[in-house]
Amino acid sequence: MQVTRQTCQRVLWLGTRRYLSATPASQPTVISRFLLWLSQNFHDVEPLLNWSTTLRNRVVRRKNLFYGYAQRRYGENIAAAYYILSLKGAFRFAGQTEWFRPNDRGRFSYDFMSFPAATIEEIDLSGTPINCNGLDNLVTQVHLRRLTLRGCPEVDGWFLSRLHAFSESLEELDISHCPRITTGALCALIHLRKLKLLDISSLSSLQNPGLVHILIEEMLPHCLVTGTGYSQGLSSEDRMQTNSTAGLKAQATQPQAEENGQTSVQRHGEMH
Amino acid sequence: MSFWQRLPSKLHSFQAVGVPSRTVRPQTRIFLPRIRNVSTGVPMRSDFVKDLELQLKAMREKAAAALPGSEWTPFEVRHGLPPERVDVLIIGGGVVGWSIAYWLKRKTGPRKALRVLVVEKDPTYSQSSTVLSAGGIRQQFSLTENIQLSLASADFLKNINEHLSVLNEDPVDLQFNHSGYLFLASEKGAHIMEANYETQRHVGAKVKLLSPAQLKDMFPWINTDGVALASYGLENEGWFDPWTLLSALRRKALSMGVEQCLGEVTGFRYGVHSVENRELGRLQIRGITHTNIQMPNSIEVQPVESTVVINAAGANSGKVAKMVGIGLGPDDMISGISIPVEPRKRYIYVVHCPDGPGMDTPFLIDYSGVYFRREGLGANYITGVSPEETEEPDITNLDVDHEFFKDKIWPELAYRVPAFESLKVTSAWAGFYDYNTFDQNGLLGIHPLVRNMYFATGFSGHGLQQSPAVGRAVAELILDGGYKTLDLSALDIKRIIYEERVLESNIV
Repeated sequence: MQVTRQTCQRVLWLGTRRYLSATPASQPTVISRFLLWLSQNFHDVEPLLNWSTTLRNRVVRRKNLFYGYAQRRYGENIAAAYYILSLKGAFRFAGQTEWFRPNDRGRFSYDFMSFPAATIEEIDLSGTPINCNGLDNLVTQVHLRRLTLRGCPEVDGWFLSRLHAFSESLEELDISHCPRITTGALCALIHLRKLKLLDISSLSSLQNPGLVHILIEEMLPHCLVTGTGYSQGLSSEDRMQTNSTAGLKAQATQPQAEENGQTSVQRHGEMH
Repeated sequence: MSFWQRLPSKLHSFQAVGVPSRTVRPQTRIFLPRIRNVSTGVPMRSDFVKDLELQLKAMREKAAAALPGSEWTPFEVRHGLPPERVDVLIIGGGVVGWSIAYWLKRKTGPRKALRVLVVEKDPTYSQSSTVLSAGGIRQQFSLTENIQLSLASADFLKNINEHLSVLNEDPVDLQFNHSGYLFLASEKGAHIMEANYETQRHVGAKVKLLSPAQLKDMFPWINTDGVALASYGLENEGWFDPWTLLSALRRKALSMGVEQCLGEVTGFRYGVHSVENRELGRLQIRGITHTNIQMPNSIEVQPVESTVVINAAGANSGKVAKMVGIGLGPDDMISGISIPVEPRKRYIYVVHCPDGPGMDTPFLIDYSGVYFRREGLGANYITGVSPEETEEPDITNLDVDHEFFKDKIWPELAYRVPAFESLKVTSAWAGFYDYNTFDQNGLLGIHPLVRNMYFATGFSGHGLQQSPAVGRAVAELILDGGYKTLDLSALDIKRIIYEERVLESNIV
């Protein structure tokens, strides 16, 4: 049963969320291909696949619930810390050097309960299913200085637009490898006036990453934007290759550029 | 032995006698065609038999098709005809119409199959207000209902893939730009803006007030002369691609079993009965039984029987309402009050300005009424303004008046953003507002004079951004008999009869 559920999810992943992966998907297993074939030929399989989507959405929603009871009982800081740890994220209280982090199985000690007055300064939520509703638990942490959201599948524009709560404190933000961040989402970063370091590398659904990089530097003049460019997604060997062939390409593209120039002049003439 | 069988031997003997063989062979050649000539009648007969067989077969097939349970009729049938009987008929396949269809299906589920038909006259959507709009969504209104509608719609757009994803289809990408709306107020409008800000915060919208100095700090390209106060939306505001929303709603609704029909509503069949009302006196209440739908490029009219008719025809909804007789009675009676919705033409200009503001451009609305927003990343912007009530342009076509840009928009735009001195108009288009001349807000609910016609119209330019929530509200009205999630009774259509205006207090 579990195998079927997993393969259902895998088919769905292939079928509906193809756009998420920048690299071409590897060859699916026999079972996934069989399920894909089933879903293409028999409508009776569709409810099963729909259920798996609903289940996955429900899991994400459950993990991002607002911990109102914890907040009332133990205070905002403890609730935020508990939320981060239950998502398998890590954090550091202000004035401490020690990070609180769950082990590989998601278990964590409740030592953080002994610092109810400490505010959270750094949060690492890489690879967690945090979404914009989950931010309700974190917006109380107005002294947050560093937030790492590397490779979070649910982080999108609606999430980034809620980060204005940290506009007076947030200095470093890492949203690299988040598959759902588009150009329109990055516009929401305008509220983060204190931002000094921003990582926007490997955003797979971002079109024109080079241009967006320049425009973001223009929008946030005091911020160092790292990690993007046209060579993103290439391995180090590819990059070496592109560097060595760059000179050859420059020579080869010269006549083409001249041609383009001519045609644009011609078009200009036609327009006038 | 017959003569024929003996013939060759005789010929052979002739040959042996010494007659040259050439003269003999032609004889046999002439002889063979004769047999063929004789046999020509046989193929003719067999053709007739074969044809008969084919015809009999066709007759058998037709007879089988004419048996009950098949779709064959003796008459030529037009394809794309609407069904003769549906439960809910929605007039207008714009974003509001499809949203209502989606929510009706979503609320009933597949088991209690509700038959919903959406009628749209223009499959290309060439004049549809939905796709010709600027595509913005904001919460900066002064009416609680409008703010709530917009917040609920933003929530829908946030979870759009939970609502509108279809199996084995690509997920919906709205291309949402989270840039927010920036309203500028002059000295005169500042106190209204502050009051609106209080309302917005109270309802739950995330808005921030900015002083001119803060404004200059945040957007250095703005000329703050004359600006006393600015309000900037922090969350859930921005713009998106209207066509994506429309086609996603349509795709999902069709996948849930909503039927669509291309055709134009030309009239209604209705019954009238007289009712004594304590407040309004004697009323002639109508009940629509059939809606006449004319097929495109044809004079064929198909009457469709339905329990409920929804008027979501946008700019043309006033015209549709007249077909039931709303507004045709004497002026001093209720039947003389027409639906105050009419098309108004609004221009949108696309300008190119390489020195213009970059990715930090919000959807800016100046106190003069001029608005602009960024379009893509190539230094393109779209801009427009609502003309004065006295200078409304002609609505017979969608032609663009370029003088209007030079006279009314450019001076204001260049004053507010000095970089726009050097802009160039690259393109322009015009679209219709479903303008509510009564109070510029949506009209929802049943008309008191027509028992089964629901209205969802008159949004005066906010239809796109409020459509997801409006669809849910109308579906609740029909299926539950009242509003369940959002109380929109203030926007009820009865207010045009009681003459109670629900007005937005604008800073413009």
